[in-house]
Amino acid sequence: MKGLKKWRFLALLSALTVFLSACGEKDLTTLSPAGQVGKDQHNLLLLSLAIMTLVIVVVVIIYVLVIMKFRRKKIGENVIPKQVEGSMKLEIIWTVIPIILLLVLAVPTVYYTYKLADTKAMEGSNKEKQAEVVTVNVTAKLYWWEFEYPNQGIVTSQELIVPTGQKVYFKLKAGDVKHSFWIPSIGGKMDTNVENVNKFYLTFDEESKDLKEGVFYGKCAELCGPSHALMDFKVKTVAKDDFDSWVTKMKATKDRKTLGSVEQQGEAIFKQSCISCHATSGAGAGTGIAPNLATFGDRTRIAGILEHNDKNLKNWIKDPQAYKEGNMMPKPEKINNGKAFTDEELTALSAYLMSLTVEN
Amino acid sequence: MSSNQKFTPHSWPDHPEKATAEGKNKVTGFWLFLGGETVLFATLFATYLALKDKGPSGMKFTSQELFELPLAFVMTMLLLTSSLTSVYAMYHMKSYNFKAMQAWLSITVLLGLGFLGLEIYEFTEYVHEGFGFSQSAFSTSFFTLVGTHGVHVVIGLVWITLLMLRNSKRGLDLYNAPKYYLASLYWHFIDVVWVFIFTVVYLMGVM
Amino acid sequence: MSSVATKKKGLGAHIWDYITTVDHKKIAHLYLVAGTLFFVIGGIEAMLIRIQLAKPDNDFLSAGLFNEVMTMHGTTMIFLAAMPLVFAFMNAIVPLQIGARDVAFPFLNSLGFWLFLFGGVFLNLSWFFTGAPDAGWTSYASLSLMSPGHGIDFYALGLQISGAGTLISGINFLVTIINMRAPGMTYMRMPLFTWTAFVASALILFAFPPLTIGLFFMIFDRMFSGNFFVHTMGGNTIIWEHLFWIFGHPEVYILILPAFGIFSEIFATFSRKRLFGYPSMVFATILIGFLGFMVWAHHMFTVGLGPTANAIFSVATMAIAVPTGMKIFNWLMTMWGGSIKITTPMLYALGFIPSFVAGGVTGIMQASAPLDYQLHDSYFIVAHFHYVIVGGVVLALFAGAHYYWPIMFNQMLNETLGKITFVFFFVGFHLTFFLQHFLGLMGMPRRVAVFKAGQGLDLFNFISTIGAFLMAIGVIILVINVIITAIKGVPAGRDPWEDGRTLEWAIPQPIPFYNFKQTPLIRGLDPYWIEKMDGNKEGMLYAEPLSDIHMPNNSFIPVVMSFGFFVAAFGAMFHQETSWGLYVLIGGLAITALGMIYRSVKDDHGYYIKKEDLLDDKGGKH
Repeated sequence: MKGLKKWRFLALLSALTVFLSACGEKDLTTLSPAGQVGKDQHNLLLLSLAIMTLVIVVVVIIYVLVIMKFRRKKIGENVIPKQVEGSMKLEIIWTVIPIILLLVLAVPTVYYTYKLADTKAMEGSNKEKQAEVVTVNVTAKLYWWEFEYPNQGIVTSQELIVPTGQKVYFKLKAGDVKHSFWIPSIGGKMDTNVENVNKFYLTFDEESKDLKEGVFYGKCAELCGPSHALMDFKVKTVAKDDFDSWVTKMKATKDRKTLGSVEQQGEAIFKQSCISCHATSGAGAGTGIAPNLATFGDRTRIAGILEHNDKNLKNWIKDPQAYKEGNMMPKPEKINNGKAFTDEELTALSAYLMSLTVEN
Repeated sequence: MSSNQKFTPHSWPDHPEKATAEGKNKVTGFWLFLGGETVLFATLFATYLALKDKGPSGMKFTSQELFELPLAFVMTMLLLTSSLTSVYAMYHMKSYNFKAMQAWLSITVLLGLGFLGLEIYEFTEYVHEGFGFSQSAFSTSFFTLVGTHGVHVVIGLVWITLLMLRNSKRGLDLYNAPKYYLASLYWHFIDVVWVFIFTVVYLMGVM
Repeated sequence: MSSVATKKKGLGAHIWDYITTVDHKKIAHLYLVAGTLFFVIGGIEAMLIRIQLAKPDNDFLSAGLFNEVMTMHGTTMIFLAAMPLVFAFMNAIVPLQIGARDVAFPFLNSLGFWLFLFGGVFLNLSWFFTGAPDAGWTSYASLSLMSPGHGIDFYALGLQISGAGTLISGINFLVTIINMRAPGMTYMRMPLFTWTAFVASALILFAFPPLTIGLFFMIFDRMFSGNFFVHTMGGNTIIWEHLFWIFGHPEVYILILPAFGIFSEIFATFSRKRLFGYPSMVFATILIGFLGFMVWAHHMFTVGLGPTANAIFSVATMAIAVPTGMKIFNWLMTMWGGSIKITTPMLYALGFIPSFVAGGVTGIMQASAPLDYQLHDSYFIVAHFHYVIVGGVVLALFAGAHYYWPIMFNQMLNETLGKITFVFFFVGFHLTFFLQHFLGLMGMPRRVAVFKAGQGLDLFNFISTIGAFLMAIGVIILVINVIITAIKGVPAGRDPWEDGRTLEWAIPQPIPFYNFKQTPLIRGLDPYWIEKMDGNKEGMLYAEPLSDIHMPNNSFIPVVMSFGFFVAAFGAMFHQETSWGLYVLIGGLAITALGMIYRSVKDDHGYYIKKEDLLDDKGGKH
């Protein structure tokens, strides 16, 4: 008896653990939305869940009653039940009530479908007004993201930085194969197609600095190749003033001077081997060739996935395929006259890249 | 009714194609098959319309300059006439006149061959002008739509020819009557599809 | 062949008999065996997926291999396992339920099977060449055009071949049900399984041509330098998405409707009660089939079709809940006031109701476009479609296997083992997929080869993997059950469940190869039940006196024709890189064409079973 109770307690405890962990991590989950779009969607989730729970409860009640009352063991082996053909009244009830329930869900569905698709503000012809609007041109590539801010005249990649408290508009396209742009805790997704530009908006209500890694996680949600699972991006949400100062600093990266001799040595290698794909200036427009490295030192992760440190950076440069199967970054041998980088060269490169920062 | 029974024009049933259970099944099944074929062509038409005049930047071919209406018109006439002659053939099948049926079917085949010849000529012309299958999305969808129809024409011609050869000595019976009927049905379907191609591809193309 | 006298046959003769058979009952066996084989292959692939995702940052499968396994799991399960298993039951049961001696086109029935099999084998051969397809079972165009190697070629060509087989079988069942019903078997007296098979076949007829075209486009683009989906040449990848889902959504109903049919039969039988609201069940089936064609774009809410299209497709999708709900309540009311006997099939049916309702309501949630922006392509959708496909289709297939085993093999599967199978499978199923809803809501995209530690996804993924193992145990027990039953070989006899209602249970066992000595006369819904209640020991009335029976001849040509396509597919695939490819392509097509011409030119009138032989022959064995 006692053993049984213990077992029950354990079962309860484990059920509780499972239940409590059902909300996920704040920087990734859709269940604690940090933006109005996500909140609208979360409300729809709750509404539909409520309606559906009602349906399930009704079904389960009838179901349990049926199984309890009409088992052959209970009513006798040889009973021949009355062969009922049906009931018009019941048929009407279970046609009309579901229709009403669905209407309750359909009305807000249609309302929010139009609301979330309203991107008129980004199309205006008034230039001054346009400069106020934050629009981000997102280009998704195998397996990285480029974020271009046409109104501000800057570009970055892998880490999206946006102001809180206002609508941020997105123009999405893919550079090679189809991807899908998703920031779960901010709001639901939009595909990046190869042949057209998709538009939508999101709002970011909370600053991200207090989160575990200081960023929200963004995901690619459309299968795009072997490293689809590793195509993360990060979202830093900052107050409007901080955003503006970040923009100013980004513009200044055009004439950034490299300090320190190791870093300068790294810059020299970079200019020889890497510059043909990677830009280091955050001013101007995006190239869509390879990630812009203007803010590399500020990043949260190397290549979107590895912890942000020297060692990982060197490993990544040495053999990108080992960490992200199918990505387009060549091995050093391809770009360095057939030779791998020496340790010294890697140290220099790493030091240079880590020095590319606008936030410190 | 047994399928290898001998008949006179008098004892020949009104609907020989449906006089046996097998025949009845075949007719039902074939109509359903044509239903599926309709969806198939509808899909091709939709794709063609979506990709019409679409190509790499700077593509020089447009439907307006490319298509020659007179040629397409002659092809249409050939195929429409062949549909009519196959109606005559079926008329004679129903009145148990085997020779007349075969004769009308021969004319149908000849007209069909004429159509096919013109289509091949048209395609080779386009390829010579540089409008090949791989030239653009437009060319791919054009050749696929019209070519699929062309393949249907080839199959129809082979089918009717084989039927005529196979049965030339033994004449009509309830075993092969459904076969003739279905072949003619198929030929009508091909004709109807062509009418749509003529309208959607050629007429709407040059307009 | 024309002799009905019993004679001993060797193994070789048996195999040859199955290869050339046109008997719907034997073709059902072929579908069952082949479908089960692919089900096991797909199941192993599923286990590999779950092992890989058991813990964060796992390296059990490399990322590229994971995509191949994941793609093949989906493709195999839908096209090569679920479809043929549904066809197995349609073949085994539909002609018997409507009082027919065979399907309308026995030859085409065989052709349909062999096309499916050669297509399926072709697709799976990809593992031994340059790797399996890796763009998901949806094989979206931009990715599938970029995919290196021949994987996607195998996908497009293999599905093309087996799809042709499916289309042929669909037409065959339509004609069978339209033309071959016994006297008195009106449309509104047809058992619900036949009705659902009918509507599913109609869906096949109209849904498969768009897939055929889509696959041809992909074949042209990949192997013959076409430009349908090449956007730099003016092509458009969204066309593939539309074509795929115009096929893909009805496909879901092609699978689930016969599942509904099987459960309808089981509920009525083991409640000893007529199906409640039969006319509305028929109506709901037709309505679901019809609406199934109006909702494909709900798979594409995030593609950017614009708010108007999204709103329309949202509301249209929600509408499907109404007829589906009707069905659920009708099943419940069938049991209400009945006499419920909990056999293994009934256990599955009882398990099906809550599982499918759960899958259905999450479907409604995703029908709401703005909400779907969050749920689309996340693990929520993975959970949803496994709830409807496993909780609906697979439970129905298992239930049907137990229920119809006596009809198909004249043996009963062991009930105790059957119930143990159910418990493992059912518990495992919910354990695997229930928590995946939350994984999706917690931000886990679908089709990911790895997930990172520290994102709150570890525990649920681990539990999900445990569930998958339970399901695997359930399937293994089912296989053991089948083997034990076959070895024991105890004949089940007529109406072994004792509550059979429809015509198939009235036929003496083992069912003779001509099914009915005399065509039955049908007096109403549930004809066998009516006769039983009237005290008719024969179980049926007859519409005709005993007379000669016309039977079709066996044929090897379906195998030859299917093999021709199989060869041609290799030719198409290699024609760009080899000099022989084009000849193989032409040669393969020529084999098929010659088979077709031979079939057309050579008369095949079948044969007759003489009245006297029918009288002599009591069991009706060969």
